[in-house]
Amino acid sequence: MALISPSDQERLRESFAEMTRPVRLLFFTQTLDCETCLQTRQILDELPPLSDKIAIEEVNLILEADKAKTFGIDRAPAIAVMYQDHEEVVDSRIRFLGAPAGYEFISLVHAVLLAGGRPSQLSQESRARLAAVNRLVTMQVFTTPT
Amino acid sequence: MAFASPQITAYAVEATEFPDLARRYRVTGVPKTVVDDEVEILGALPESAFVEQALSKLGIGN
Repeated sequence: MALISPSDQERLRESFAEMTRPVRLLFFTQTLDCETCLQTRQILDELPPLSDKIAIEEVNLILEADKAKTFGIDRAPAIAVMYQDHEEVVDSRIRFLGAPAGYEFISLVHAVLLAGGRPSQLSQESRARLAAVNRLVTMQVFTTPT
Repeated sequence: MAFASPQITAYAVEATEFPDLARRYRVTGVPKTVVDDEVEILGALPESAFVEQALSKLGIGN
């Protein structure tokens, strides 16, 4: 059974239709000791049918630990949002740790649209301040699935 | 914000799935934002205030 209702699927299809760049979601998973990996895979699997610009690539956290490490991922389930700009694959540096259920799903959709070419919704002032950041910064936003 | 700066990496962390992280960063309410283990922002703020708080204490982005 689909996790996304038919009406939501239709709305998502319309939103995704505006994407101008292909987006690849790297899904970091492991077979054992991961309660929500299957649920995450099921949620992610419902996205590519809604847009030919969305692809999912599975990365095994144990077997491909080195690859996971290059993305700063050391636990599962996790998602890294990548996009293709002309020939180049670009890391959006947006990550999700945990299943993208509930409100996190909306955040994931926003991240996909942003990576897919939608203009930033930040004010010009905020963007100018952020553009001036001159060292690596890690931000973690903790949420719960309601 | 990660999209606005190549220096920023942003993680959305599901706190109940990773209680070790929630404990390490003393997450008592959500949303809680931790910037470089240095800045903690509890709750949702208007965008400009959020950017201000997230960056100013790090002495960058001014």
